[in-house]
Amino acid sequence: MRKLTLAIAVITPMLGHAASAEDTLKIGYIDPLSGGGASVGEGGLKTFQYLADELNAKGGILGHKIEIVPLDNKTNPQESLVQAQKAIDAGVHYITQGNGSSVGAALSDFVTKNNSRNPGKEVLYFNYAAVDPSLTNEKCSYWHFRWDASSDIKMEALTNYMKDTASIKKVYLINQDYSFGQSVRSDARKMLGAKRPDIQIVGDELHPLLKVTDFSPYIAKIKASGADSVVTGNWGQDFALLLKAAADAGLKVNWYTYYAGGAGGPTAVKQTGLDHQVFQITEGFANSGNKGAMDYEKAFRAKVNLSLWYPRAVNEMRMFKAAAEKANSIDPVKVAAALEDLKFGVLDGGEGIMRRDDHQFLQPIYISSFGKLTESEPFDEENTGWGWHLVSKVDTPQAMVSTTCKMTRP
Amino acid sequence: MLELIVISTLNGVLFGMLLFLLSSGLTVIFSMMGVLNFAHASFYMLGAFFGFQLTKWIGFWPALVLAPLLVGAIGMAVERYGLRNTHKHGHVAELLLTFGLAFAIEEIVSMIWGKSPLDYRVPALLDFPAFTIFSTNYPAYKIFMLAVSVIIFVALLIVLKRTRVGLIVQAALTHPHMVGHLGHNVGRIFMAVFGVGSALAALAGVIAGPALVTQSDMAASLGPILFVVIVFGGLGSLSGAFVASLVIGLVQTFAVALDGSLASAFGPLDPSAGPSVLTDIWNVTIAQVAPIIPYLLLVIILIVRPMGLMGTRES
Repeated sequence: MRKLTLAIAVITPMLGHAASAEDTLKIGYIDPLSGGGASVGEGGLKTFQYLADELNAKGGILGHKIEIVPLDNKTNPQESLVQAQKAIDAGVHYITQGNGSSVGAALSDFVTKNNSRNPGKEVLYFNYAAVDPSLTNEKCSYWHFRWDASSDIKMEALTNYMKDTASIKKVYLINQDYSFGQSVRSDARKMLGAKRPDIQIVGDELHPLLKVTDFSPYIAKIKASGADSVVTGNWGQDFALLLKAAADAGLKVNWYTYYAGGAGGPTAVKQTGLDHQVFQITEGFANSGNKGAMDYEKAFRAKVNLSLWYPRAVNEMRMFKAAAEKANSIDPVKVAAALEDLKFGVLDGGEGIMRRDDHQFLQPIYISSFGKLTESEPFDEENTGWGWHLVSKVDTPQAMVSTTCKMTRP
Repeated sequence: MLELIVISTLNGVLFGMLLFLLSSGLTVIFSMMGVLNFAHASFYMLGAFFGFQLTKWIGFWPALVLAPLLVGAIGMAVERYGLRNTHKHGHVAELLLTFGLAFAIEEIVSMIWGKSPLDYRVPALLDFPAFTIFSTNYPAYKIFMLAVSVIIFVALLIVLKRTRVGLIVQAALTHPHMVGHLGHNVGRIFMAVFGVGSALAALAGVIAGPALVTQSDMAASLGPILFVVIVFGGLGSLSGAFVASLVIGLVQTFAVALDGSLASAFGPLDPSAGPSVLTDIWNVTIAQVAPIIPYLLLVIILIVRPMGLMGTRES
């Protein structure tokens, strides 16, 4: 009973608030703002707030001001659903989330059920970073749209690059123990096995997600395995602390990563002293060479005091605007229809498309390495003096894998 | 393999000693005052954050001394104005007070310093590899942590077992009235003990902050394992806590280092021949279950030996 009273006490003021602010377009930002994922979640929030301010300065979306509603999910799927319900009760029709594919799967499922039960009150889920392939394959949903390249697309590109690097002989896999980490691990095994059968997988580790505070035992194991390269999908503190422990132990290997550029990552890489030996795969980066993107980066850094770690968030918000204008409505059902097969010029140059079959955004992706900068590369990271350097660009047609999604359309 | 064993032993001992530094304060407070302090890990967190802030202002070495003193003072205030008043209502009230305090401290810390990890660096003086073993560097800072933990253990043991102060403190627990009649201020003794316990936790925080992560959930992530240590070692036993810390440190480190799964342990019963519902469970590696092993130990010890490894009483 007390819980119920409490819930009513919390929700009632929100309802009142929702009614009075009919004109603003609210986007529920559901990501960790406390706990191990907080550093990543706060960076994402600042990015979305910057994007909202930018759109609002130009009149918002179809005249509606955009408001980002921050909701802390503590990287926990259960907590995320509570927050999503809270957002919906407060009149939110668009939610965006990125950190944690386990959370992504829960939200996608939640939104799908919500929309079938509440016709006329649909909610769209814009996913900017949860990259587990299952979200656009067996668990695909019409109400889910993903702007980041899925984990298997990234691994496809990464292994195409690794395939041509003859010095790689022994690879160690270390990943977080949840859906995304497991997909990185199995994709790496499958694709490396097919493309370079001579490469030995000398270790395959899964560790608890965002719980490990000292990676020394894992580093000792990598060292003992004799690996020359490590492949990891780790993000947030799990990446920074992994590299910190590697720096302490003096481990010298090549790192093939998904998220080396995340908060704390560059600082830890600099500590290892590995110059251009840490690679990452992204849909864009600060020194990509595209003038528009680099100007944007400069303005973003000047205002937010962070690197633009989510070019995909820029693509997401701009495409949201484009789709709403195409549909001439901010009704989620119409926006969803307008997003399908929408072609869009991405921030870092080139064209991407929101694939109708599975709602995966297909776009050019880049492999870059972290180290000393050349003169044409103005941006360093976290005041280390080191920055990202272009290694290889993969164009949209080469950066796609097929989908098994059987979309249920409303 | 030898390399892995040596490095893992070093890592395990180090983690164990850090656990001990933390649990020593908790176990001292418990054995002296009979109060199970839920806010203990919060004092550890306060130590780390004070250490970070003072390091920024006046450098690491003064911070190493000042931060524990400050937290010790806070601890004494908590005892004087909080616990002493609730004491007459029994242990449950005291327990609830420290429980609430833990939440309050976490919120206050995240209000002041935010929820993201802080950039708390190892002091430049200790930022070098102490020695290289099997081509792996061992950081000097970790040796420093190890040394501090050992010194605290020895000092505590001597003070409690070999000095008059220790004698009076122990007597005050079982016979407070007698100690009072002999002219000692029992209230002040309890206050001092609580202060010292909190200061020890803060010291652990100051030195663990740069090596691990300094952020507002560090108390919540370390709190549960502290209780495992003191229950496993025996409630109120300092040497028990020492042994338990080392055991848990080593077990956790080696669980990560070892390869193997349930399937390999069962050999011929390995069901991998045909996929079944159990395949997922069989293929879980020891490394994956490493984080729950201490809690498993806790359950086993409570069943087999409820007073803990070296405990003397069953409470």
